[in-house]
Amino acid sequence: MKYIIEMLNIRKEFASIVANDDITLQVRPGEIHALLGENGAGKSTLMSVLFGLYKPDRGTIKVKGKEVKISNPNVANDLGIGMVHQHFKLVHNFTVTENIILGNEKLKGLKIDIDYARQRIKELSNRYKLAVDPDVRIEDISVGMQQRVEILKMLYRDSEILIFDEPTAVLTPQEIEELMGVMRNMTKEGKTIILITHKLKEIKAVADRCTVIRKGKSIATIDVKETSEEKMAELMVGRKVSFKVEKAPAKPGEIMFKIENLNVIGSRGVQAVKDVTLSAKAGEILGVAGVDGNGQSELIEAITGLRKAQSGRIFINNLDISSREIRQRNEAGLGHIPEDRHKYGLVLEFTLEDNMILQNYYRPPFSKRGVLKRNEIRSYAKRLIEQFDVRSAQGPTTIVRSMSGGNQQKAIIAREIDRSPQVLIVAQPTRGLDVGAIEYIHKRLIEERDKGKTILLFSLDLDEIMNLSDRIAVMYEGRIVGVVDADKTNEQELGLMMAGGGKG
Amino acid sequence: MNALQIIIPLAITYTVPLFLIALGGLFSERSGVINIALEGLLGVGAFASAFVIFQYENIFGPATVYVSLIAAAVAGGLCSLLHAFASISMKADQVVSGTAINILIPALTIFLARSINKGSGIIPVVGLELWDVPLLSKIPIIGSLFFHNTYITTFISILIVLISWYVLYHRPFGLRLRACGENPQAVDSVGISVVKMRYIGVFISGVLSGLGGGLLLNTLVKEFSTLIFTGMGFLALAALIFGKWKPWNVLGASAFFGLAKTVSDIAPLFPSLNRLPSIFLTTFPYVITLVALVLFSKNAVGPRAAGEPYDVGKR
Amino acid sequence: MGKNKFLVSLLAVILGIITGALVMLLTGYDPIKAYEGLLKGAGFILQVPKNATLGDIIFNKRLGDTLLNTTTLILTGLAIAFAFKTGLFNIGVPGQMLMGGFFGVFVGVKLSLHFYIHTPLAVMAAILGGALWALLPGILKAKYGINEVVTAIMMNYISLWSVYYFVQNFLKGNFETESAIINPSASLRVEALTKLFHGSNINLGLFLAIAVAILVWWILDKTTFGYELKAVGYNIHASKYAGIKVNRNMILSMMISGAIAGLAGAVYYLGYTNNIKIGSLPQAGYDGIAVSLLGLNNPFGVLLSALFFGLMNAGGLYMNAATKVPNELVPIIVAIIIYFAATSLMFETWLHRIGSIFRKKEGGSK
Repeated sequence: MKYIIEMLNIRKEFASIVANDDITLQVRPGEIHALLGENGAGKSTLMSVLFGLYKPDRGTIKVKGKEVKISNPNVANDLGIGMVHQHFKLVHNFTVTENIILGNEKLKGLKIDIDYARQRIKELSNRYKLAVDPDVRIEDISVGMQQRVEILKMLYRDSEILIFDEPTAVLTPQEIEELMGVMRNMTKEGKTIILITHKLKEIKAVADRCTVIRKGKSIATIDVKETSEEKMAELMVGRKVSFKVEKAPAKPGEIMFKIENLNVIGSRGVQAVKDVTLSAKAGEILGVAGVDGNGQSELIEAITGLRKAQSGRIFINNLDISSREIRQRNEAGLGHIPEDRHKYGLVLEFTLEDNMILQNYYRPPFSKRGVLKRNEIRSYAKRLIEQFDVRSAQGPTTIVRSMSGGNQQKAIIAREIDRSPQVLIVAQPTRGLDVGAIEYIHKRLIEERDKGKTILLFSLDLDEIMNLSDRIAVMYEGRIVGVVDADKTNEQELGLMMAGGGKG
Repeated sequence: MNALQIIIPLAITYTVPLFLIALGGLFSERSGVINIALEGLLGVGAFASAFVIFQYENIFGPATVYVSLIAAAVAGGLCSLLHAFASISMKADQVVSGTAINILIPALTIFLARSINKGSGIIPVVGLELWDVPLLSKIPIIGSLFFHNTYITTFISILIVLISWYVLYHRPFGLRLRACGENPQAVDSVGISVVKMRYIGVFISGVLSGLGGGLLLNTLVKEFSTLIFTGMGFLALAALIFGKWKPWNVLGASAFFGLAKTVSDIAPLFPSLNRLPSIFLTTFPYVITLVALVLFSKNAVGPRAAGEPYDVGKR
Repeated sequence: MGKNKFLVSLLAVILGIITGALVMLLTGYDPIKAYEGLLKGAGFILQVPKNATLGDIIFNKRLGDTLLNTTTLILTGLAIAFAFKTGLFNIGVPGQMLMGGFFGVFVGVKLSLHFYIHTPLAVMAAILGGALWALLPGILKAKYGINEVVTAIMMNYISLWSVYYFVQNFLKGNFETESAIINPSASLRVEALTKLFHGSNINLGLFLAIAVAILVWWILDKTTFGYELKAVGYNIHASKYAGIKVNRNMILSMMISGAIAGLAGAVYYLGYTNNIKIGSLPQAGYDGIAVSLLGLNNPFGVLLSALFFGLMNAGGLYMNAATKVPNELVPIIVAIIIYFAATSLMFETWLHRIGSIFRKKEGGSK
């Protein structure tokens, strides 16, 4: 057969947004076909249609030449289609085995046959080189292993066509290599893979062909070997893009931020941050790289005051803030753009203006003796909205929940940068945002650096770290395993450190 | 001696309906739907039982009470569908929906009782017969405590908890139900209908609560009236939280409350206890519950997804 | 969006009334006569005697009774609404109301002072009693994460039996089930009002209740304190991040809710019954939940909603006397209204979606 999967003229609309506008995708059997597009372009929606999570408003789907209607994931499974989700769909307190067999439980007599399941999982694990421990609970294993569980879920169901949704977002460079190897292995065994991603390097490394999606429309299908990364980027965004940020060399000044021998215990009682000593200067961006779960979150929580450190000291401009409350730290010159904008950064049910004053509501000019001054709040919000180009349906009175992710993030950044803190802790600032928003945010961060501020940038995106940082620290298992100059290092060296290899 | 002989059977009698209702709450919450309507659901069961006995005693004869208990379970199940519909299909606030049922049922059932019983809001019933388990009741000491002057329904209830535990932890249905309460997206992604599982979870809670209400009527209160609505449904919620949503622990918690309540109720019979100011005895079950909660339920975490209406769009 | 919410509440009320009529028809009663009896009992329909003045018509006794009911419900509704707005479900209002009432009646019975001192003192004692009773559930939730619904339910029963004991042993009245009567200097009843409403039990509590409604609105909307409470109610994490002391605010929130419930106790026991009746928790405490939900947890919505429920309660007794319809019908209709109001969220979402399609055509956001 020419094509194993055909999605022809698919249209899918949500409320008022057309996520997929007349998209056509054709995948050959045994190939690795990449689906390239920015965040929000419509790739995930298209694959959700293929996997039966959504029904298309218009268009047809053909599997192995036959037209089919995929009304739910079971139908997709029966047709041999499986999906490895970007946000893992795992039950945190079930074991690996229980997660894999959910919905597909074989019975022995009256009970679920756990032994058969374990056996089969071991076989698949060996065949495809996906190492897992069948009896551990999901909440106790690493992100990399969790992803392997997601993959095994599909292989357990004899999926022939596997869709990978942004699989490398949470992996180290080494793990990415491993995953690429696993994918190539799978195609050798006759599987077909559709890879959803916006990472050009990975497409170049492993894909055969690539379909580019932009703003809901399919733009082109290209042969990966014959297309450059620049060309692919241009197709993806619609204009010439340079992913490198323009920046003048740093002019670092005094040490403005210092941590000495910090120890932090995490939520599960485990030592998350071990004896960390770090410092950063005015006018510099210190990037902190590392795989998710190596203590970055706990370190940020200890610095910002959301979690009490076990021992050690924290200084801002030589002021010891180690035992100070959150509000006092903010007033001492600390700013924080949080990793999880919905959890920490915003009160979604509040209006935009009420969110803008989240850090300052108790101070003049926004309130006097406990009474809020609405006029002041309104004009402040209006100024920030204009300065930072924050878009919303009703301006300052918009309920933040209804705003897009990019604009929500811009609101948080507006709030924090306008406060002009001496030390700004930034965590995952561009996660889930489109290229335009990413460019803007990177630009503002460089601006703050050039104004002499100190920025600590925590990010899981190695490209972002390497792009923006002047110096880079790497965290592994709660320790800082190395600090290097950004222009003197490369991805391999950083990747090695992130995996515990140490500077070498 | 005799104190135990009075306390134990009474405590068991109080525990059984309490426990069934709490078990019902377990199924609902494990599937992801908070169900505080247990008080109302037990009431609907009690009323259905009283109704059947009142109207059909002649037809069923000595088996009437058992038929009425089946009716109680069915009525509870049907009524719970109201809560299921509001919470699951209409994505209503689950606490509000449950509260609506808790306000509706006591009023509606008394209203209906009045209309079938010539304006009186009370329907008396004879209730279940006391029973001695053959052979086992003859065992010295233990026999007289647990197998003498008991009800056959007590043992049926133990069977119910066994089956519940087995299904919950060893059958595909149980695995999927629990998954719905922790991560419904995971369940949805393997093609199982979260909506269907949750409806079943809530329905089971209605059936068990209704049965509990029927037992409450026929073993403890012996009349359908406002005396049915003294808060056993809420106590069951406490037992559920105290038992950390696990069947056997919930049984233990219910037994604990049953014992506490019984001690408090029969205290007047014992002169030594009687000398205490009555306030200690009347508030004892509730105070001890608070203490137990503080000691054992700090940050007790229920099923992670309970209380959140399931939104297919969220990824 | 606010308009939609109001429409939806109104729809819920209409559907409730219709369903109540159906229930009556099915059980052999006449719904029209019943509703007429309801309105008559509430003072909205009158038989006007020949020499009646306009004042006589408007300020009739039954209307006074409606307003009396409304007074208590405004406060219990506000107590629940305040807690809801700050993220807590205070189902302990009945127990707090009873305990507050007890404190107030105690001061009213045991002391003998001038009216201008005695009444405020008794009222403050009631407020204190309610606040104290809400303290424990608040602390347990803030510090240990223990569900406030369960602890509040326990506190309700402890309140019930504690007041039972204290009244029988320290505040004995002429009947087994009642406490002694308070000194008139502590009562909220004022001659002028009682005369105005032709002998109804309406009292100063009404003005207190309305004042509290305005106060609650002002706190929640206009103060930094209200800002913090709402933030904690919506998102604990973001509140911590903003430097708000979450535990302290949760506890304060429960206490304020309890204080309002205590005030409800003052209004009911010091203004209406003039003593404490033991053996049951005040129904008004539970009705407050319905009042708050129907009023969309908004102070002014609560005012309107309490008026509606006051009408239902006052009219119910008359309806029962005149038409033999059991007054359980009133809570039945109330429950149906809440149920429809709860499920109406979907209708509201649909209304909003339809509206946004029209708005999108004019150029939207994002």
